[in-house]
Amino acid sequence: MRIEVNGKRLEVAAETLAALLDELEYDERHVATALNQAFVRKVDRDAARLKDDDRVEIVSPRQGG
Amino acid sequence: MQERASDADPLGLYGVSLASRLIIGTAQYPSPAILAEAIRAARAEIVTVSLRRESGASRAGEKFWALIRDLGVRVLPNTAGCRTVKEAVTTAQMAREVFNTSWIKLEVIGEEDTLQPDVFGLVEAAAILSRDGFQVFPYTTEDLVVAEKLLRAGCDVLMPWGAPIGTARGLNNPYALRALRAHFPQTPLIVDAGLGAPSHAAAAMELGFDGILLNTAIAKAGDPVAMARAFALGVEAGRVGYRAVPMQPRDMAAPSTPVIGTPFSDLARA
Repeated sequence: MRIEVNGKRLEVAAETLAALLDELEYDERHVATALNQAFVRKVDRDAARLKDDDRVEIVSPRQGG
Repeated sequence: MQERASDADPLGLYGVSLASRLIIGTAQYPSPAILAEAIRAARAEIVTVSLRRESGASRAGEKFWALIRDLGVRVLPNTAGCRTVKEAVTTAQMAREVFNTSWIKLEVIGEEDTLQPDVFGLVEAAAILSRDGFQVFPYTTEDLVVAEKLLRAGCDVLMPWGAPIGTARGLNNPYALRALRAHFPQTPLIVDAGLGAPSHAAAAMELGFDGILLNTAIAKAGDPVAMARAFALGVEAGRVGYRAVPMQPRDMAAPSTPVIGTPFSDLARA
């Protein structure tokens, strides 16, 4: 399916958020996720099913002011 | 025994007692090593951090987070860059999970040129997050009415700007900051953003503010580590000076050396 990950359109095979992190080679322990602007907890990623045109944010710690 | 201005003077933020009144940001430093050295030189116990998009294999976030964890400081994640309540709330929720803290520096930006807080969105987001168990540090203006609404929304700390972020202008509105201090004598007030020189920090502390949060003035200094130390000294000088109660200004001169016994004082002067 085609979804948007961090602002980029991607064709992915993953059907859940957890599978998406695996497919894109993220270390799931060190990132936080949102699906269509709603926070998805680590423990809920397996159950978070993806569909066409979903927008996923995957973030990690950075410098900040 | 009477309390003295030089006695231990911890800062309390959401039940956490801190010796340092200087909170510094972690962005824009020339290198991670200089960042680490500057945090040590500032004697900071709290540093601000953010969340940004991660690309799969880069692991950039892990490296930065490891550096901060090794310093043993407390982190205050921000919602920098958020322009809506929804963005800010979701970012705060993600930050709580990643950084394992309920503290959040809440920014809802309303205007691009000044990066002025959208105070309407700020109050709304602060209420949502406070109800959700967050301990909110709102980046706000010096507006008294907004401050009152933020406290009612559940904030126990207020962080009014000194000047727009990154401008190094110092305290743009000392009158309003003084009014804020007088109006909320028990609320921890931290001047956040816009400072450029250690004297700006000292001036804010002399107004009775409880702490200073800044980033760019240290990170973009010619020598960030030396500037971190200078700001720490400025904050301390201002705080001790405030507690020592400065004398009031007066219009006419008053000699500091005793007048009685001045040589030649009985001679007529031309």
